Amino acid sequence: MKIIVCAKQVPDTTEVKIDKVKNTLIRDSAPSIMNYEDENALEEALRIKEQFPDSYITVISMGPPQAKDMLEECIAQGADEAILISDRELVGSDTWATSNVLAAGIRKLSGFDLILTGRQAIDGDTAQVGPQLAEKLGIPQVTYVKEVTVNDNEIIAKRTLENGYETLKLKTPCLLTVTRELNQPRYMTIKGIYNVKNQEIKVWNIKDINVDLTEVGLDASPTKVVESFVPTSKGKGTVIEADSAKEKVAILLEKLKEKHI
Amino acid sequence: MNFSPTKEQLMVRKMIKQFAHNEMKPIAQLTDEEARYPQETIDKLGKLGVMGMPMPKEYGGAESDYVAYAGAIEELSKVCSSTGLIVQTHVALCCWPILTFGTQEQKRKYLPDLVAGRKLGAFALTEANAGTDAAGLQTKAVDMGDHWVLNGTKAFLSAAGIADVYIVMAMTDKSKGTKGISAFIIEKGTPGFNRGKKEDKMGIRGSLMAEQIIKDCIIPKENLLGEVGKGFKVAMASLDVGRLGVACQALGIAQGAFDETVKYMKSRKQFGKSLDKFQALAFEMADMKTRLDCTRLLILNAADRRDKGLPCTTETAEAKLYASETAVYVTNKAVQFHGGYGYTKDYPVERMMRDAKITEIYEGTSEVMRMVISGDIFR
Ligand SMILES: Cc1cc2nc3c(=O)[nH]c(=O)nc-3n(C[C@H](O)[C@H](O)[C@H](O)COP(=O)(O)OP(=O)(O)OC[C@H]3O[C@@H](n4cnc5c(N)ncnc54)[C@H](O)[C@@H]3O)c2cc1C
Repeated sequence: MKIIVCAKQVPDTTEVKIDKVKNTLIRDSAPSIMNYEDENALEEALRIKEQFPDSYITVISMGPPQAKDMLEECIAQGADEAILISDRELVGSDTWATSNVLAAGIRKLSGFDLILTGRQAIDGDTAQVGPQLAEKLGIPQVTYVKEVTVNDNEIIAKRTLENGYETLKLKTPCLLTVTRELNQPRYMTIKGIYNVKNQEIKVWNIKDINVDLTEVGLDASPTKVVESFVPTSKGKGTVIEADSAKEKVAILLEKLKEKHI
Repeated sequence: MNFSPTKEQLMVRKMIKQFAHNEMKPIAQLTDEEARYPQETIDKLGKLGVMGMPMPKEYGGAESDYVAYAGAIEELSKVCSSTGLIVQTHVALCCWPILTFGTQEQKRKYLPDLVAGRKLGAFALTEANAGTDAAGLQTKAVDMGDHWVLNGTKAFLSAAGIADVYIVMAMTDKSKGTKGISAFIIEKGTPGFNRGKKEDKMGIRGSLMAEQIIKDCIIPKENLLGEVGKGFKVAMASLDVGRLGVACQALGIAQGAFDETVKYMKSRKQFGKSLDKFQALAFEMADMKTRLDCTRLLILNAADRRDKGLPCTTETAEAKLYASETAVYVTNKAVQFHGGYGYTKDYPVERMMRDAKITEIYEGTSEVMRMVISGDIFR
């Protein structure tokens, strides 16, 4: 099975600074990590590979040159190949432009059976790139997947809903966006780490992929960020301390009464 | 020497840090309190390739450099120094001598399982009357033509009874002194090879240490490690690798205690301000930080020389001496700056202070390190 994992390098904090002009995040202001749910996507790919050992995992990312570090970690965890699409022209791309780039990158590869992406990136929280990518590639998709079963060329995906889940069966090729519940990502292995030097991370620029220049980058992005800000927290929760549950409940009721709730 | 870490060294550190935080931190206190051997952690580390990381690929290792290995032992020991010790003893005092002095058959027989962490290694040199004066050991090995028979008692053996493969030093010819000592490989379960009394220790309580009784223990001819009469050399060369590990263990303990103290000082308020605002304490923290970085550079030097195949006995002794004394000094201050809370088991610095002391004692005491270093000065 040929699996493609889409991964994004994101700043590791909610307190990152924001560029006042471009209204985008200043990446250097916080350490960079792999987006959490993308780790789950990679983990699922690695598990499928354990089940079907002749699988081949390609991790693809659009991002600045330093996103190579993240891709090297993917190799150290067991991915077979990693590609970084990086070009100054791509800076400021919104989800629509990003999915154009990823779709172009994926079309350049020699086919695939399954694409796994995280549900959303912690810096943007849009949850749009996965679904857009599936649309642009013309393949079926299931979002918010929390459980995956693979049988030959059929995939069974459990999808989280507000009040339960839904089980869907689909044929490959297809795309799944996954949630944190799906699995527990593994660590890099020492051998994997020392294997990185034998596994060159491919870096593609805009000329390497067949993409229309008017469909990528900040200017081409239909999303215009009006303002970015760090939300102020709306007061703190209180922890009720008491010896027994009974006393705690009594205190709670008292407090609720005070507030006329 | 390269002062900037390589990509691999950074990644190893990051991976071990994540592992230690997720898998070891939650059980570190219990490991100490119940003197419980952290078997599950060792199994996981085996699967991740840590138990034999510097060993050659043909035996399943990653052929990592020793600078990366040093970083791994430090990161493990920051969180649980018992685990740091278990890993480093296994690698330095069992895998390494088999790789370096073993025959092709011995390497093929033992290394794959040891490197994968499926089997654990131990090293038995010390005896009740032969500690610093290791050459005075009395365990005897007699050549019976087609096999060896060993008799004696080993003291203070880390992982006694738990380990599967033991490197055992025994006298084959008492008249020759150190040149009469030979090294042997003994497997767990060999008749006449049994654990004796377990020791109740001050620190590194997760790592078991006990007496090992060797009584009419018959082992095959091919279990001699290296040549007859070269066992002392096997032991001393292995201890050079081991001392690098102990230095890293000490640095880990010290850095762990230091980090805890930084955190604590920022949160603890007295006289209306947090402790970090008292210059008397902050200046001492500056001294501690400087000593930690000195230690790190000494370790880097020793590990880098080992990677380059340069002589490193003295450099390793310096690293171990300075690291262990730094660990005792820093953990003592860490408890001091935590005040009464630091003296309770609610804070990890209490455990770290107890754990630090051993690094000045085993694999050669600080006095022995000074003998090695001064011996080199006045050669
Ligand atoms: C937790 C633990 C784990 C251990 N694990 C192992 C193991 O796995 N395998 C193993 O073989 N051993 C192990 N040991 C033994 C350890 O290496 C010895 O305890 C150590 O080498 C010191 O020997 P000793 O205890 O007999 O002290 P002694 O040799 O009796 O020393 C007592 C003191 O005298 C000093 N001294 C001795 N001779 C001199 C001299 N000539 N000049 C100046 N000072 C001197 C020493 O430095 C020390 O301060 C372990 C010990 C401990 C505590």
